[in-house]
Amino acid sequence: MSPTSYTTKKDKQPLSNTSEWTFELIEAYDQAFARLAREYGLDTYPNQIEIISSEQMMDAYAAIGMPVGYHHWSFGKHFLSVEQSYKRGQMGLAYELVINSNPCIAYLMEENTLMMQALVIAHACYGHNSFFKNNYLFQTWTDASAIIDYLMFARQYLSECEQKYGVDAVENLLDACHALQNYGVDRYKRPVPISAEEERKRQAERENYLQQQVNALWTTIPQARDKQADAQSPPRYPTEPQENLLYFIEKNAPLLEPWQREVVRIVRKIAQYFYPQRQTQVMNEGWATFWHYTLMNRLYDDGLVTEGFILEFLQSHTSVIYQPPFDSPHYSGINPYALGFAIYTDIKRICEQPTEEDRQWFPEIAGADWLETLHFAMRHFKDESFILQYLSPKVMRDLHLFSVLDDDQKSELEISAIHDEMGYREVRRLLASQYNLSLREPDIQVWNADIRGNRSLTLRHQRSQRRPLDKHTFAVLRHIHALWGFPVHLQSCEGEEVIVKYQYPHSH
Amino acid sequence: MSYIVDRRLNGRNKSAVNRQRFLRRYREHIRKAVADAVNRRSITDMERGEEISIPTREIDEPNFQHGQGGRRQYVHPGNREFHAGDRIARPPAGGQGQGGGGGSGSASPDGQGEDTFVFSLTREEFLDFLFDDLELPNLERTELAQIEHTRQVHAGIIREGTPSRINVVRSMRSAYGRRLAMGSSLRQALKAAEQELAHLQAQAPVDLQAVAELEQQIAHLQKRLQKIPFLDTYDLRYNHFAQEPVASSQAVMFCIMDVSGSMTQNHKDIAKRFFLLLYLFLERHYERIDLVFVRHHTSAREVNEQDFFYSRETGGTIVSSALKLVNEIIDKRYPTSLWNIYCAQASDGDNWDDDSSQCASLLEEALLPKVRYFAYVEITPHEHQALWQEYEQIRAQHPERFAMQQIVDQKDIFPVFRELFKRRASL
Repeated sequence: MSPTSYTTKKDKQPLSNTSEWTFELIEAYDQAFARLAREYGLDTYPNQIEIISSEQMMDAYAAIGMPVGYHHWSFGKHFLSVEQSYKRGQMGLAYELVINSNPCIAYLMEENTLMMQALVIAHACYGHNSFFKNNYLFQTWTDASAIIDYLMFARQYLSECEQKYGVDAVENLLDACHALQNYGVDRYKRPVPISAEEERKRQAERENYLQQQVNALWTTIPQARDKQADAQSPPRYPTEPQENLLYFIEKNAPLLEPWQREVVRIVRKIAQYFYPQRQTQVMNEGWATFWHYTLMNRLYDDGLVTEGFILEFLQSHTSVIYQPPFDSPHYSGINPYALGFAIYTDIKRICEQPTEEDRQWFPEIAGADWLETLHFAMRHFKDESFILQYLSPKVMRDLHLFSVLDDDQKSELEISAIHDEMGYREVRRLLASQYNLSLREPDIQVWNADIRGNRSLTLRHQRSQRRPLDKHTFAVLRHIHALWGFPVHLQSCEGEEVIVKYQYPHSH
Repeated sequence: MSYIVDRRLNGRNKSAVNRQRFLRRYREHIRKAVADAVNRRSITDMERGEEISIPTREIDEPNFQHGQGGRRQYVHPGNREFHAGDRIARPPAGGQGQGGGGGSGSASPDGQGEDTFVFSLTREEFLDFLFDDLELPNLERTELAQIEHTRQVHAGIIREGTPSRINVVRSMRSAYGRRLAMGSSLRQALKAAEQELAHLQAQAPVDLQAVAELEQQIAHLQKRLQKIPFLDTYDLRYNHFAQEPVASSQAVMFCIMDVSGSMTQNHKDIAKRFFLLLYLFLERHYERIDLVFVRHHTSAREVNEQDFFYSRETGGTIVSSALKLVNEIIDKRYPTSLWNIYCAQASDGDNWDDDSSQCASLLEEALLPKVRYFAYVEITPHEHQALWQEYEQIRAQHPERFAMQQIVDQKDIFPVFRELFKRRASL
């Protein structure tokens, strides 16, 4: 905790003396934060602060942060499990939920105390909001002003499909698409921003065009075989492996109806919208936490909140950034709030009070302007590169980070590096790669679609570190088969060598 | 720039559709669980939801994921005693060492998850599943517009009424208005007079006569002001209530049970469940339901619920005595123009031989024309006797309002109930 002095300033009236919130008080706090945010250069979308009940929070929570969602049983399942654990008191509700949209929608629960409302406003409306607006991934991948419209379009389109083709047909299709939703982005290509208006306009056009293309692709099969090509191994289609499975299916699956391609596209587009969030958890939560901490303390320093208020705040802040150690029963991985907050706080410290170690590790930021450095760090990184760039030895020491090597060919685990001079770089590298989505998720790409033969689809899994696929693989293949319509193969490869072959349907 | 919006009054059930989708998808599981619950639960316990468990593997949403094995490194916090190069025993699978992964939030796809997904059905959902596909026979709302039942509703404020309904606030408000209106010209005159008086008194030679006149005038005005009544009968306002007719639909359910010596407590429990299901079912269709319990051996008696199910009797059986009594009660208390009448009869099939034909004619001539539905269950594993055969003829003639089924065991109740009340295409 930073050494802020907690003495009451008597010269100013606090904004409130009560723990009950009112609309006037919420507005007053919001204005106070807005003024401070301007001072700190936080550039935000306009805020739309919505007061909701706890049931509504459960609804919002179950819709995985989509303010307008299409209907699907899996959201119902999510809702039921949230409701069950909430009713049994196993889980408090998340007290903040914020949507990357313009205006930026943040939910406040009516049960919260005034302090919590203020905390959520600082955290969501100024922290997350400025992150959404300025981080390069969000700028590249999402269009905040279009998302609500697009979701409306998606919901309407899907409910029309349900009317036309039946709830079951749509449900099965969505099941299949959801199984692949993590494989619906081109990691290294900039996407075209989504726009509901455009989608609606072009949708009919696209339907026809797409179908034509697919028809063209498949008309050459099956009889017209080129004898010369047969002699050599036939060229693969696609010629380069494709990592965006949903895109490939949308454009090439031989049997899908035009409306089904549109549904595949909707799931793909929504997955794309969430893609940056999956890659910036530590940065985003850390940023929001850093700013709620900073803004709340400023209110206190300016004499705008009482001592009781700031103590209540510190208590909840402390539990937000609590990191249980690895051997605690509460441990479930690294707390992104804790890690992110620690890194941003430490960047500020390095700028303001660099030690000899900092000068050696971070010569370019030691002693620099902290606000500018912090904004730079927020804008231009994702979790992986952010950690690689900014995780300091001090933070590693404070969190007592260490890495464990688990090799199934050895009988014991090995501590490969700890928070010491020898291990800093290794721990940092490993922690960063832990947040690398392409290492976290199996690398599976489209290898070949047999357009001249039996129309089967072959995917390739490139193993890293000999890690196999898990038991869900067949179930996913079944879903891919539902989309593709012809046999689906999956080869799990170590280098060029195929180790395991999966296929659906099972031929023998 | 911020907008603060109060959304609390917006719909609470945004997830209702998704919840229904989930229930729909796992319909079979839930139906089975509900059927089990009906058999298991005690009778007083039917009016609540149920916890349903579904094996997790059934509701998994599969994704490509890494499985166990291979070579992996995870960074963990909270090191105390480890040094680089230390070797430690592998903890049992599914324990620690999995978590890493960047804390992927709510979903914990691997390991550790429980084997069943548990959620609660609400009471309504429970009953919906319970009565799934069942429809009340001959459901026509007798006397829907009949004004038997009225309800008091607030119908505004009026000037006349009984003292007990004075609306104090409105009365005082109109009194205040009247006082303002009646006194305003007087107060203006008074004010003018007082000003003039002050003016006169300020002048050097005081015009005593004028002052005296003015003072007299002021006193007069004040007196008149005081005479304005604080509260006048004219001011009084009364709350007005009107009787609003409520369309009511009401039903009476006759539970008829044989309590002769041959009916054991087990038989009665089975019968009780059957009556209970019927009651729950009717309750969903009618606002008001009267229950009449008629038990019989050689003679019939109307009793309360406790006696009906739990007091012991012995002796022979004359079923017609009960039917006669029911008929009398209907004629006396439940005119068919006002009541939907349902009868449910449970027995073990014993009857005095020559009584059965009498039962048939009683039903045919007196009862069936009056009732919406007559359901008979025979709780016996044995051969049917005369009563069953007589009833079978009635069923052949009145399939729309007479039903009968045999129950052998507790487990049969629900299927039989469903059979009796299953949706009829013709209706």
